[in-house]
Amino acid sequence: MPKEYKTPKLDELEKGPWPSFVKEIKLAAKKSEMSNDLLGQLEQSYNEKLGHWKHGGIVGVMGYGGGVIGRYSDLPDKYPSVSHFHTIRVNQPSGWFYTSDALRTICDIWEKHGSGLTNMHGSTGDMVFLGTTTDHLEPVFKDLTEAGWDLGGSGSDMRTPSCCVGPGRCEWACYDTLQRCYDITMRYQDELHRPAFPYKWKFKFAGCPNDCVASIARADISVIGTWKDDIRVDADQVKTYADEGLDIFNDVVLNCPAKCMRYDGEKKEISIDNKDCRRCMHCINVMPKALRPGVEQGATILIGAKAPIVEGALLSSVLIPFLDIDDEEEFEAFCDLIEEMQDVWCEEGKNRERVGEFIQRVGMGNFLEAVGVEPIPEMVAYPRDNPYVFYEDFYEDEDE
Amino acid sequence: MADAAPQRITDIGPPDFQQFLPPVVKANYGKWKYHEIVEPGVMVHVAESGDELYTIRAGSPRLLAIDTIRFYADLADKYCDGHLRFTSRHNVEFLTTKKENVAKIRAEIEANGNPVGGMGRSITSIVHTQGWVHCHSAATDASGVVKAVMDEVIDYFKEEKLPAKCRIALACCLNMCGAVHCSDIAILGIHRKPPRIDHKNLDKICEIPNLSASCPTAAIRPATVEGMPSVEVIEEQCMYCANCFTVCPAMPIADPENDGVSIWVGGKVSNARSEPQFSKLAIPFIPNNPPRWPEVTEAIVKIIEVWAANARPYERMGEWIERVGWPRFFKLTGIPFEKEHIDDFKHAGLSFKRSAHLTHEA
Ligand code: SF4
Ligand code: SF4
Ligand code: SF4
Ligand code: SF4
Repeated sequence: MPKEYKTPKLDELEKGPWPSFVKEIKLAAKKSEMSNDLLGQLEQSYNEKLGHWKHGGIVGVMGYGGGVIGRYSDLPDKYPSVSHFHTIRVNQPSGWFYTSDALRTICDIWEKHGSGLTNMHGSTGDMVFLGTTTDHLEPVFKDLTEAGWDLGGSGSDMRTPSCCVGPGRCEWACYDTLQRCYDITMRYQDELHRPAFPYKWKFKFAGCPNDCVASIARADISVIGTWKDDIRVDADQVKTYADEGLDIFNDVVLNCPAKCMRYDGEKKEISIDNKDCRRCMHCINVMPKALRPGVEQGATILIGAKAPIVEGALLSSVLIPFLDIDDEEEFEAFCDLIEEMQDVWCEEGKNRERVGEFIQRVGMGNFLEAVGVEPIPEMVAYPRDNPYVFYEDFYEDEDE
Repeated sequence: MADAAPQRITDIGPPDFQQFLPPVVKANYGKWKYHEIVEPGVMVHVAESGDELYTIRAGSPRLLAIDTIRFYADLADKYCDGHLRFTSRHNVEFLTTKKENVAKIRAEIEANGNPVGGMGRSITSIVHTQGWVHCHSAATDASGVVKAVMDEVIDYFKEEKLPAKCRIALACCLNMCGAVHCSDIAILGIHRKPPRIDHKNLDKICEIPNLSASCPTAAIRPATVEGMPSVEVIEEQCMYCANCFTVCPAMPIADPENDGVSIWVGGKVSNARSEPQFSKLAIPFIPNNPPRWPEVTEAIVKIIEVWAANARPYERMGEWIERVGWPRFFKLTGIPFEKEHIDDFKHAGLSFKRSAHLTHEA
């Protein structure tokens, strides 16, 4: 008989209308002593306002350096079933599409080898298996790979790429996010499984500037769909929106950051000066039946986002304003550039220095030079406003 | 013979997503024309071909037992020919071409305790991290705070009654697994006391040069303590980021009385209207008060209500604040403005008010 823990604090979190994670843990605890001990330890954390996990040691599956995060309780005598409670990251399919059968296979494997608790999904995008012991790692890996699944990234490696639903279900996708996410994942399996970088490297693929995967805030390489030509306008649908009561002037035109839209309220007609349009998506979001991105589509490539640790948070910034990433040749060139940048970063980057921080340290200008990309005005919000310019060459007296 | 051993499978990557796409998605891949939210939490995508795909989105706790995943799978079998997906914000979505199935899916998923919603001008599920459930560096719990907040704001999930969408995210420490720092409302676990140094073990388990180098403010110096090689922390220089602890377990920093959460507002990642931006500090510190963190939920509800009552249509939290100014934000929310709100890290001056563009009351 497993121990029965009294959990008055956690029970409070079973109440209320939002689905309860405590219910989930209790559900798993019926079948798993691990989940039961997790419940006990978590209640103690709630009483003490203190976590009870130790630093991860190095655990993993043979030949991989990533995909498993070691986790140990600091109260192993009290909660022996979670004395080892490692996390396994399982690489999700592009766009988080599943069939019921695929999910059942996953559940069966996890029932056999671990706590029965998961995250659907972790922040990076992986399926997360929460909690198993070291001796289960190889068996769970074997079962997973035999069923066609593989581990995701962790540590100083390429992390599991993720993408928005894209052309699978979104009319705004300007390139094939699902395919390119899959291509990059398959191409860089070695980098994903065997950490050899100064720190993590993330890719995120968003089909349009709405950026539903938060790529600009979270990815070292943010690929954000966009278009070159004119926004497609369906004049009849504009009229319908107007007739249905949409306040096109106030809600659409006045919110255009480029001030490039005009609205004729009598004729119920929109006109857009497309050369000034910033491809922000607002007007399209508000009137999806009337307005659509242009047909000459591609992506903007940005580099360097990260959370605060260590030197402060960064958003990604423009590296390539427009790339037809669906085109195989341009995609190859993109991958070449990625590899070039990783080489430079691996060579010169410090331990635990994300590429964004590396660029801050060495200077964007120097970084661009090292990877062979020409500086262009699209890369900056504005040119520098301080006169502290470094020059490598200057004229000596005798040169004159 | 070595080649008689079964081949160990590695580096196969994830399954090709193609095999998981519903037939209607395959048939209309990249050829969707428009979509419409037909009722809260339900949208229809219409393809150039005229095909329709209904999506029913339901909130989910992210931390899921396999029994619940199996329940989702059964539901997908019953109504969606076995197809479903998850969103980047932990919601589960059921996909069907049959309009008549929508109400049935809604009824069954709601009966299981998963509310339908989270689309359009709503609050959707909170992106969050592991907290006390599974991480060593947590300054607060993740799932518990999220559950407590969502219980309070669930009506904003179930109905579209906000000026714009409101994205909430939580990270239980500054490592910020998740895009917390660009959210309309970010809940961030913080420590407030310098690390304690385990001099006895430090040299055995950590590399001192790496450890010193890990500190963003250079607060860590090598030192010999009672004859043992160790480090010292210049306490005035420490801002409790815990990066040293990440690098070296002999620098524990968690402290029940001093750990808690901070609240940040006005960030976004979408490019719509305004450019993506970071969230800014609204409330520097609220002590941990498990199991329901009432002070945190109260503060968040207040911020949402003030924004909802004052923002124009389509104005995200940060856009509204940008328009009316931070003094108005602090005034309307009743949040006291304190020394901690003024940046004193690198490039701090950029966040000072450097103009006379101020509103005044007569
Ligand atoms: S990022 Fe754009 S293309 Fe992708 S799902 Fe969001 S709105 Fe659609
Ligand atoms: S996409 Fe944005 S910038 Fe372009 S016309 Fe529409 S609202 Fe204006
Ligand atoms: S945010 Fe920090 S404490 Fe929370 S899961 Fe991530 S690393 Fe752990
Ligand atoms: S907590 Fe951060 S600031 Fe303080 S000593 Fe450690 S690394 Fe330095």
